[in-house]
Amino acid sequence: MAELPNTQETLTADTFIRGLWEENPVFVMLLGMCPVLAVSNSTLNALSMGLASTFVLVGSGALVSLLRNWIPKQVRIASYIVIIATFVTVVDYGIQAISLELYAALGAFIQLIVVNCIILGRAEAYASKQRLLPTIVNSLGTGLGFTLALLSLGTVRELLGNGSILGIPLFSDNFQGWVIMILPPGGFFVLGAWLLFFNWLRLRKERQATEQAGVTANAV
Amino acid sequence: MQSESLPLIFLNAALVNNFVLAMFLGICPFLGVSAKKETAWNMGLATLFVMLVSSASAYGINWLLTTLELEFLRLICYIAVIASAVQLVEMFIKKTSPALFRSLGIFLPLITTNCAVLGLALFQTSKEYDLVQSLVYALGVGAGFMLALMLMAGLREKLALARVPSVSQGAALSLMLAGLLSLAFMGFAGLGGGHG
Repeated sequence: MAELPNTQETLTADTFIRGLWEENPVFVMLLGMCPVLAVSNSTLNALSMGLASTFVLVGSGALVSLLRNWIPKQVRIASYIVIIATFVTVVDYGIQAISLELYAALGAFIQLIVVNCIILGRAEAYASKQRLLPTIVNSLGTGLGFTLALLSLGTVRELLGNGSILGIPLFSDNFQGWVIMILPPGGFFVLGAWLLFFNWLRLRKERQATEQAGVTANAV
Repeated sequence: MQSESLPLIFLNAALVNNFVLAMFLGICPFLGVSAKKETAWNMGLATLFVMLVSSASAYGINWLLTTLELEFLRLICYIAVIASAVQLVEMFIKKTSPALFRSLGIFLPLITTNCAVLGLALFQTSKEYDLVQSLVYALGVGAGFMLALMLMAGLREKLALARVPSVSQGAALSLMLAGLLSLAFMGFAGLGGGHG
């Protein structure tokens, strides 16, 4: 896609912030839900999953961006998948070497980073068109946005289900854990609740905007 | 080699450890194509077929890689096989039913990135199932996926007529619904051989 140099993005703070907030992969674009729901039952799992995905996102984004003039258009998706799978294998063996305990907790979901739509989506929509530096910054933003979403689920679920954050108990011994929150249904409920919250914020903002417009229209 | 009986493997995969509602695999198509029952049914069938093909191929590939001691290539090989299987299904559907092809839309090629399919291949490897067990497992997982998809589609068809607060429209409500379904599926926990 090198024949479209006019779409090259200049590196701004927005390149980073967009993935983190405005185009947050989980809350706004509803991508990569499976790992979000599955490994967010504790803060530690959520954090490590987020960082592992960020690594794959940045690594594969950088490689795709470097190779963007050499990959033929017809086989690009297959090439991206192979690049992503390579980085996931690196992460897989890396986590196994660092902490077996964590490896067991995350289970198959480390290998399943390959099929995380966020990563393929970024490769296709951004890395294949942009230069190296903006790609790295944008991938980092998206990865951290994903981590943020995972953490916002993980902390709520661990707090409600276990009464602790990062394994440190916050309440007295009398706290009765809300077990359903660390079980599968809890994942759906907490993510649903976050989406409700963001919907409410968005609607409130829109209403304020229309009221504001109404006031100025009346004043005129 | 596992010695679980075949019916147990099937029930376990379809109900107890339902991929969508208990293990969170394949959420994207679950939320994406569950708006209409007919589309959901066809999507389920296509996914089931891809699962069977990739399960059999994954078994062969795993045997080959283990013999050659190249296990670190497993992930890359699996995803390549799945991508080809999806391509096959896509060509088949395009030829036989263009209308169905259009209604499935982008979600058909996206079966490649359906984590349920890759998850299936990875789980059958880690459980050391033989070929017959693998195929039964794939059948069970596929049936479970279809079941979850159909339940959700049925509920959402009813829900489309209901009046809900504007704040909860869309994905938020679907997720709450999925949570309730998942809660119901937890009731099957006593049925199979526990977690596995």
